[in-house]
Amino acid sequence: MSKATDALTEPLFDDNPIGRQVLGICSALAVTTMLSTSVVMCIAVTAVLLVSNVSISLLRNHIPPSIRIIVQLTIISSLVIVTDQVLQAYAFRISKQLSVFVGLIITNCIIMGRAEGFAMQNGPAASAMDALGNGLGYSWILLVVAFFRELFGSGKLFGYPVLPLTTEGGWYEPNGLMVLSPAAFFVIGGIIWVLRAVKTAQVEEESVVEVHEEVVPTAAPAHPKPEAAREIAPAM
Amino acid sequence: MSAPDRKNSVPYILGFAMAVCLACAMLVATAAVGLKPLQERNARVDRLTRVLEVAGLIGRTERLSAEEVIRRFEEHIEPRIVDLESGEYNDGAVDPATYDPREATSDPSQSRPAPSNEARVSRLPINALVYHVKKEGQVEQVILPIRGYGLWSTMYGYLAMKRDGRTISGITFYEHGETPGLGGEIENPRWQAKWPGRKAYGPGGKVRIEVVKGAVGPPEEAPYSVDGLSGATITSRGVTNTLDFWLGEHAFGPYLDKFRTHQGAST
Repeated sequence: MSKATDALTEPLFDDNPIGRQVLGICSALAVTTMLSTSVVMCIAVTAVLLVSNVSISLLRNHIPPSIRIIVQLTIISSLVIVTDQVLQAYAFRISKQLSVFVGLIITNCIIMGRAEGFAMQNGPAASAMDALGNGLGYSWILLVVAFFRELFGSGKLFGYPVLPLTTEGGWYEPNGLMVLSPAAFFVIGGIIWVLRAVKTAQVEEESVVEVHEEVVPTAAPAHPKPEAAREIAPAM
Repeated sequence: MSAPDRKNSVPYILGFAMAVCLACAMLVATAAVGLKPLQERNARVDRLTRVLEVAGLIGRTERLSAEEVIRRFEEHIEPRIVDLESGEYNDGAVDPATYDPREATSDPSQSRPAPSNEARVSRLPINALVYHVKKEGQVEQVILPIRGYGLWSTMYGYLAMKRDGRTISGITFYEHGETPGLGGEIENPRWQAKWPGRKAYGPGGKVRIEVVKGAVGPPEEAPYSVDGLSGATITSRGVTNTLDFWLGEHAFGPYLDKFRTHQGAST
């Protein structure tokens, strides 16, 4: 498979940002009580990721190494503000429900992680593929979590009643835990368990349990050392 | 001069940082300015929808277009400005169409500190924005903005009173940070439907309406109490405190006194 296709498909299951790298779970807890908010969040994160990866990739040979993180952050936060403004203009109700969590996309570890770990070393086309792959990898997990939380927490899917609630005269007593943040941990934990049971290569050896620090992309190439940056940069 | 040296030179770094900032600032400013009219319209339509909801002029599941909301609002509802301290109308001094009470509350020249209260309202605007619901020229209901502290956050809502100025005809909360499924049930239409018909004031004129633990009967049996939200004692108490404050002498009490007298005179 070509590198671009790999960049697109790897993050779906083999190197999923949430499932494998355990990045970006902050928003996976916050917005997944309802499917409708999760869908908007997925679109917003994927869009920001795509534009930030491509623009950082285009600038990668010009960004001074000493200020590269702050440059990435400036670009990402501008994109997030624009996304927030667009949502307020075109999806007002959902944007009110998402409230601060749109703004908090800035701190979504996946976006910084992909910028620093992939876009700084690769061309715009590959970076776009990488962004789409990670965006989709993030999205499907978010949607699965939201599906379970909305179904069992409020008996609905996309706001439409599926399990009739006892308070509305039905038979289903909603599970109060599902609307609270810890429920997302249980569902994500379940997904990671299934992923690693199927893809045994993801199981970490017990003796060397890696501690995944946020922002540091574990599976991506290590930080470019000054030498490495010099090699990539075209000589003038 | 090779590329890495150039990229590490101070003038290059400064220039690059400046260029990135300029480009990003342009992008953000364009988006913010360009989308502002749409956003302001959305916020206004959202506010009008809440007012129509509490007035019972719009179904809870009904989806109206922005134009329909504005048309229905203008047809039935008249915004009025009220001087909170005296309880008199003050439409001459402030234009109700453009007045933003929330902005005024944080502006020291348009607000004052509130007396200490259980609802944890810290400032009161000099002028409040209320809404008259009219039917054939007659004021049928008056809608008052309310806010108060629950468990986690300030809850914002509207309270609709019948023309007698004593009977509640509706309540809604449109913005809060209470726990979903527990205190968050203040936005549940089924709970809000328990309010119409309850009496806000006791015979002595004191605010008596209260959210109590457990279930109470229909308004005829329990005119002064409303079912509490199970698992949300503090939110329920917050709602009681909110009404106690806003219907009391420091907030809408004087206005409702005058409203009652005026309504009595006109009928």
